Amino acid sequence: MAAESSVSIELKGKEKKGSVSHFMKKNKKNMGSILEKIIENIFFLCACMAILSVVTITVYIFAKGSPAIFKIGIAEFVFGMVWMPTSGVFGIFPMIVASILATLGAVVIGIVVGLFTAIFLAEIAPGWLVRIFRPAIELLAGIPSVVYGFFGLIVIVPLISEYLGGAGNSLLAGIIILAIMILPTIISISETSMRAVPPSYKEGSLALGATHIQTIFKVIVPAAKSGILAGIVLGTGRAIGETMAIILITGNTPLIPTALTDRIRTLTANIALEMGYAHGLHQEALFATGVILFIFIMILNIVLNAIVYKKVNQ
Amino acid sequence: MDTEKSKGIPKKRRGILRIKDRILQCLIWAFSFITMGVLVWILIYIISNGISHINWEFISTIYKPVNNQHGIFPMILSTLYIVLITIVIATPIGICSAIYLVEYSRPGKVLSLIRFATETLSGIPSIIYGLFGYIFFVIALHLKWSLLSGALTLSIMVLPTIIRTTEESLKSVPIAYKEGSLALGATKLTTIAKVILPCAISGILTAVILSIGRIVGETAAVYLTAGYVTRIPTSIMDSGRTLSVHLYQLAKEGISFEQSFATAAVLVVIVAIINLFATTLAKGIKKFTIGG
Repeated sequence: MAAESSVSIELKGKEKKGSVSHFMKKNKKNMGSILEKIIENIFFLCACMAILSVVTITVYIFAKGSPAIFKIGIAEFVFGMVWMPTSGVFGIFPMIVASILATLGAVVIGIVVGLFTAIFLAEIAPGWLVRIFRPAIELLAGIPSVVYGFFGLIVIVPLISEYLGGAGNSLLAGIIILAIMILPTIISISETSMRAVPPSYKEGSLALGATHIQTIFKVIVPAAKSGILAGIVLGTGRAIGETMAIILITGNTPLIPTALTDRIRTLTANIALEMGYAHGLHQEALFATGVILFIFIMILNIVLNAIVYKKVNQ
Repeated sequence: MDTEKSKGIPKKRRGILRIKDRILQCLIWAFSFITMGVLVWILIYIISNGISHINWEFISTIYKPVNNQHGIFPMILSTLYIVLITIVIATPIGICSAIYLVEYSRPGKVLSLIRFATETLSGIPSIIYGLFGYIFFVIALHLKWSLLSGALTLSIMVLPTIIRTTEESLKSVPIAYKEGSLALGATKLTTIAKVILPCAISGILTAVILSIGRIVGETAAVYLTAGYVTRIPTSIMDSGRTLSVHLYQLAKEGISFEQSFATAAVLVVIVAIINLFATTLAKGIKKFTIGG
């Protein structure tokens, strides 16, 4: 506290040299305050752009997509097993299943690998190794998803085809690439929240005779739980929304997969694949697919908000 | 210490504990190196296969497979255009929003609504942005499939990144600076313009650079709003194909692995450079806050 105030005094001293007289004429001051008000309002309007965007996006997607759902019938659309736009049959159940399976698989791998890597970075790794790892993981986060898709197409797909049979374009390829893509999100958010755990928790646990590893898994990870969960939810959002990489590696057949090596088509892939030439009810059905995806994302967002809110309350 | 602290625990249990610790420790190291290994694998694989196909001709010529011309110059230009327009639109709005959130807003319904909106925007997948951009900018506003439509769509998409990063850097400006300026009689606006913004400039630059990275890497949203023709764009109302979309097309149609590798390598190099800039700047901020 004392140090802080001494710094601020020093700063005030520094700034005095360049200070402008604040004894302004009265009307000039009024003009100034009007200008201030105007600019404050401009700032406010800019901040409202985010709200405006969310509202516009939601309204447009739902307005364009929901009529098709009712035209086709909610049950036929959501639980329909066949997607044949040319004969006017629009069922997206296989794609919903595919999206959920691919995301789930990726998240499970992502949690295991990501959590251990985050623990490594936050607790175990020596400083020099962290200085190599962390920029590398940031780079992993920055690589465009289409590059991952290409890598999957060139490397992962042939590997699967060679060892597990089939064409290689499969649910498994999707899971692997999605897992790699969401790792950076899970790692960096988990690491940050583990580092934010007060050192006294760790010291207390160590002082009671627990080993370092016990402290990590019984004290630090539980204490950082909400941050880790937030990272997982964000990763889930990224996985379920991924499109181009998935198109390149999963084969895009709209059937419910029965094995890891089966081809799948996700909700996102369905939109991107057919948007280019669709029209009429077909196009509306693609927007309706977007509506379903949007609802998934909204649910994830609410979960995320609940987690963050809980964290703030604690 | 080890023997002292475990005096009370029976020998057998202590052994089990130690084995459990060892296993977990091994797992931690193993998974970390798997992560690192995958990253290195991807990078080396893409770069080593791509670099030999990158030459001046590849970068500087047009794309006309019929004439055996496979250059990526039009895509580089389209990408540049889209990055520029997006940054010009999104940065001022993002910075002003951040200033409002940090300096003016009072806790309440409006603030939590803005926060919720920003969170939601960052969670919406790019394909939804693509659909929205298509129905709103391309169709409703009659902007057609154009670089402008693409950039407008991406502007909304990068807004949360810019707002959040700028907010962080505005918050990191020591409060004493602000108090000092206000105490000297400067108005709030003058304080923001002359004291807070100059101090937060490196953070704002980081925000811009991070957004550029996101724009360069974006595929789905651009694909649905800016189109994928391979002509050299002559105006912002022209349709154009960005590098990412080009890589997608090459890989999807199985046109040429060599060109795909080369394009992927170009993308990775661009992203690596962008990342380097961002980390250097971020380090600058840290030094500033600690030294300030």
